Parts: sequence; C-alpha cells; structure tokens
Amino acid sequence: MREGTVTKDAIASRHPRSPEALLSLLHDLQTANAGNYLTPDDLALAASHVGLPLSAVRDAATFYSMFSLRPRGRHIVRLCESPNCHLAGAWSALDELRRVLGVDIGGTTPDGQFTLELTSCLGACGVAPVMMVDDEVVGNLTPTRVRETLGRYRGER
Amino acid sequence: MSLARAHVLVGVDDEARLAGVEEVLAALRAAIADLGLEGEVQVVETGSLGISGHGVVLAVQPDGVYYAGVTPADARPIAEEHLLKGRPVARLRLPTTAPVARPADVLGRQTRVVLANCGAINPERIEEYIATGGYEALGRAVTALSPDDVLDLVKRSGLRGRGGAGFPTGIKWSAVRTASDPERYVVCNADEGEPGTFKDRLILEGDPHRLLEAMAIAGYAVGAHVGIVYVRGEYRLSIARLERAIADAEALGVLGEHVFDADFSFRVEVRPGAGAYVCGEETALLESLEGKRGWPRIRPPYPVTYGLWGKPTVVNNVETLANVPDIIRRGPAWYRTLGTPGCPGTKVYTILGNVRYPGLVEVEMGTTLRTLIYELGGGLLPGRTLHGVLIGGAAGAFLPPRELDVRLDFDALAERAAALGSGAVLVLDESACMVDMLSSVLRFFRHESCGQCAPCRSGTDVLVRLVTSLQAGTADAGTLDQMVRIVDAMRAASLCPLGQSVALPVRSALAGFREEFAAHLTGAACPRCQATVHARGSH
Repeated sequence: MREGTVTKDAIASRHPRSPEALLSLLHDLQTANAGNYLTPDDLALAASHVGLPLSAVRDAATFYSMFSLRPRGRHIVRLCESPNCHLAGAWSALDELRRVLGVDIGGTTPDGQFTLELTSCLGACGVAPVMMVDDEVVGNLTPTRVRETLGRYRGER
Repeated sequence: MSLARAHVLVGVDDEARLAGVEEVLAALRAAIADLGLEGEVQVVETGSLGISGHGVVLAVQPDGVYYAGVTPADARPIAEEHLLKGRPVARLRLPTTAPVARPADVLGRQTRVVLANCGAINPERIEEYIATGGYEALGRAVTALSPDDVLDLVKRSGLRGRGGAGFPTGIKWSAVRTASDPERYVVCNADEGEPGTFKDRLILEGDPHRLLEAMAIAGYAVGAHVGIVYVRGEYRLSIARLERAIADAEALGVLGEHVFDADFSFRVEVRPGAGAYVCGEETALLESLEGKRGWPRIRPPYPVTYGLWGKPTVVNNVETLANVPDIIRRGPAWYRTLGTPGCPGTKVYTILGNVRYPGLVEVEMGTTLRTLIYELGGGLLPGRTLHGVLIGGAAGAFLPPRELDVRLDFDALAERAAALGSGAVLVLDESACMVDMLSSVLRFFRHESCGQCAPCRSGTDVLVRLVTSLQAGTADAGTLDQMVRIVDAMRAASLCPLGQSVALPVRSALAGFREEFAAHLTGAACPRCQATVHARGSH
C-alpha cells in the first residue's frame, strides 16, 4: 500500500456490502497498490465485504481488462488499437513503444516503471492515434511524441 | 446563465486537457480580470464544442466566433482585441477556406436536440440546465401527468432506441410497466465502447442533468425508484460530472425523496465498468452490475421481465434517454416534425478519419452519408479522394463511394441498421487499405470476444489468422469464401450480438471492395499491410 494512504478496510467501508459494489471496490483496492494490481488479500477482503465466495470474486477480477492479478509497472501505458487509431498510424507508435521500452505487449520493464498494454477505443478519436498513461490521455502520437512522453514519466520524482 | 455581455465557452474534455486547456483558462481569467471585464464577460467551462483535432477550442457568444488551437499566450490578445474592443482575432479563428461552409455555419446547419446544451451551458451548474427548461418535463410529469400519460407521449413520439436495434422505446417501457413484479429498475447503458464513438461521453460530460431527468421520467412511467448508470471505467470525467450532478439534483429536490414534493421518489447511482466491450450488450451489462463477469445471458427472458437481480428492467442507451425530456416538454407532434415518419428525431454522429472537420454533429434521421461527409465534415482533405467509409465502428459496415447516398435511418439501412447506433463515421481516403482496416476490426473482435460461446471464441481467432495471411501474401484461393462461411456460422450460432455482428464488417468489406481483397490473394506486396504486420510482431 502507498505510504500515508488509508487502510484497505477503510477503503472497503466506503462501499455498500453488496455484490453490486464489487467492481467499484476492486478499482479502489487496485489503485491503492503501488504495482497497480490486486493482491490475494484484496480479493479475500472484497469477497467478505460484498458477501460473495472468493472464487466468484476471482472469476470477475480475471475477466475485466482493467484489473490485473500480477504486479504491473508504476505507470500503465495503454495504446488504443481501434480502427480509427490504426488508420492514423497506431502501429508505428506501437513499434516505437516496444523499441523504447524493450518489452512486448503485456510486458513490464525490468526497472518496474512501465507496463505496456493495448486498449479498445478511448473515445478521443479526434486526436488519433491515442494512448493513455495512467489517467492522462496522450494523442497525436508520433514516435517522437512517444519518446517525449515516456521520458517525462521516467523523470518523475 | 447569468446576465453578461458576452460568454466565452471553453470546451473541456480529454482532448482539450491534452492541449493545455487548464493553462488557457487560467490565462483567460487573468486577462479578463486585468482588463476589468469580470462583470461583463463570463468564462464558462463546458463540454466539447463538437470540433475535434484543433486543440483548445473556444466560442465567444453571442458573436458566434470560434477560436481554435488557442494557447495561454493567445488569451491576452483575445481578451483585449475581441472582448474589450470587439475585434475578433483573425489569426486564431477556425479556417474559413472550406469549399462548402465555415465551421460556424456547419454548427448552425445541425438540428440539436440531445446536444442542445452541450458546449452551451456549464454542466456543473444545475441552474444553467434549469434555465434552458431543464427539469420542467419531470416536474410536469410527476405533478400533472399519470404514468400512462407519459407512456402515451413517448409511444406517440415514435422514439426508437439509439443503441443499435432501433426498438421502440415506448413499447419497452410499457412492458416493464405491466410486469407483475413491483420491484423495477431503470438502467442507463453508458458503456460506450464501439471504436470511433464518443457521443455518449460528450452528453455525459456536457449535459449530465438531461440524462438524470430522463431516467427519473422513465422511472415514473414504469414504476421504478432506482436508476443506475453503468459508465465505462475509463470515462473518469463522465463519472465525476454525473456524481456531482446527482448531488446537486438531490439537494434541490428534483431527485431523491418526493421529487417536486410529489408522491414519487427516485435515486440514481453511478457504477463504473472495468474494461469489457461485451458489457455494452444489455444482459452482459446486467451481469456486470451484479458483480459478475460480463457474460451475456441467454434470451429470452428479456430484461423487461427478467433484468437486474431478476427484476423487470428498462435498459436504455444514453442518446435514447437524452431525447425524452424534450418529448415530454414539447410534445410528440413537435418531435415527429424531425426525421422520417418511421424514424422520428435526430441522430448524433462522430465524423472522423480523413476529413477536414472531424467532430461531433447532430442531424435529423434520414440525412445521407454524402451530406454528413461533404457538408458537415467539410469533405476530404485537399488533394485526397474518397476510398470508402466505415460506419458504426467495428460492428459496422464498410461502404464504397457508390453508396454515399444511402439515407441513414433504421429502415433504409435495413440489415445494416445495427451500424447506425454508434453513429461512428470513419472516412477513409486512398491511403487506407481495406484489408488492413478489416484486419484491425477483426483483431478488435478477437480481443473482445468474451469466450463464453464457441462460435465467437473460435471464429474470431480463425478470422484473424485468415486476414493476416491475406496481409502477408500467403493466403490461398479459398480464403475469402472461407471467411464468409465462418461469419455466417457465427451469425447463426453465436449467443449474443457481438459474435453475430462480425458478419457485418466482413461481408460488407468483401462486397464493396472485392477487387482489393482479390489483389491480396496474388501475393503481391501491399506496403501498408507489410508495415502493420511488422509492427505487431507476434501479437
């Protein structure tokens, strides 16, 4: 858990104790972890909080692409590969991402800084091709812009 | 809006944030304060102004002047020259060289119902929505009309669901109204995921109260007291604006206990998705709302009798609901003056790709594709020719230029009507390769197939392998026929519309661009395909 943040129990207490709260709760638990993933303890806590069997929570958590059960990098890079971005040259941005990060899709850089993923349409097609780094949308991607953006995130802290 | 001599409407969405809109806003406010214009000029943060690809866009009203690509350094000249002295800053105005229309004229050419307030009011101030007639329809419904009266108005308007199927909304509501179980729900499907579609996001961000009012009206009509908006998990700003809007509406008594002091209570909750295209299918969405994986249910039973938690449930798309307040307030006769007899009203489109003015437009149902592309989209970029159009996103249809005069409504599009829902219009010029575009579409489906039923799970995988062999120049002569056989089997045997709809892009691409596909069979190198296959590597 990130230092100075609230405890997991406090996070859970903000959600109703019913299955319909599951996805919201998993989002919040995942965000609280440095590795952008859900730990076995998180799943167990979610299961007892919303009143579902652990297996059912695990089932749901593995289905949705925004959740991960394995540690990921500090920053998640999600490149949109939908037809609009594809038309605008997403594949050349992908080439550059793989070259600069040295990992394939789904991979995490050895220094734990970045995980490279693909995503469906982000709804920002006006500036295609687009990627999301954490919560930030970065558009009009060119190889140069990819390098600059990654450099900016690397330089943080 | 409060009384001011001029309003500066600044579109704030992800695209504008990317272009530094926060800095522009700060600079603009500072410049206005410096010039002592605070009492006369009001800066309004609003949703997208419907103009994409031009950075920070702002409009000065009532002058109707649009500025694009605005930077913080431009704030002072705009404030001093235009707002103080009344002389628009020519170098920042949107290009006026288009053959058909200037963007301001393009905006005026639209018929705005669901987008009437988007880009015109501050979505975070309920007072501004109310000033445009907002919540009047709900107030009238709960104090002067019976639920059956409301149902009758919606039925007579001829409103059809904008999600894709075009099902009459009034009939759906009636089915829930007459269900035997008294516990009912209204669910708004805001899990917008069709590639190239972001109309729902702009409604959620630009006019969230319109949606809340519509859901409450639906709740009153069908006898539900809880509404749930299922929003894509990636739409952080939409979620925040909705939550703010709900709090404001409850504080004012237009949502919550005893709406308008009437004997009707209605509360709305927002639930985020977590990244699954299939959850746009209504029964998968309901499963997801129940905390489960988003696997579509076998239908029947349909949600109107067996929906959320097995209770009768209305599931409506954002755009569908956004029509409802005006239908109640202005009446079905007014609504039917728009669109075609079979499909009254308007439709929102996102025009994207190789056009001069990419962006969001709302026009009457039945408008042709040619009008959309050449009048509202400003035509292709100079020197380019039209190769084809992908309408409706991945689950859409590839159309060749000879089909540009097709009327866009549920009836004229017939079996391709499903493509209408998303409103995505992707314009492709001669630089695009249709095999490569279809490959992108099929990869999308392979990734998003939920894996529940075999036809879709296996079919999407085999299709990607076949199209990749076309791109690599290694396909054999029977490949195109094999693709058709597979999608026809998927259409017949898949559990839900995801697998069924793959036939639409594949069949339309092969029908409209047969020669281009055949050329890939000969093994001749296509540079575009080679580049994208290389970039993907093993993926």
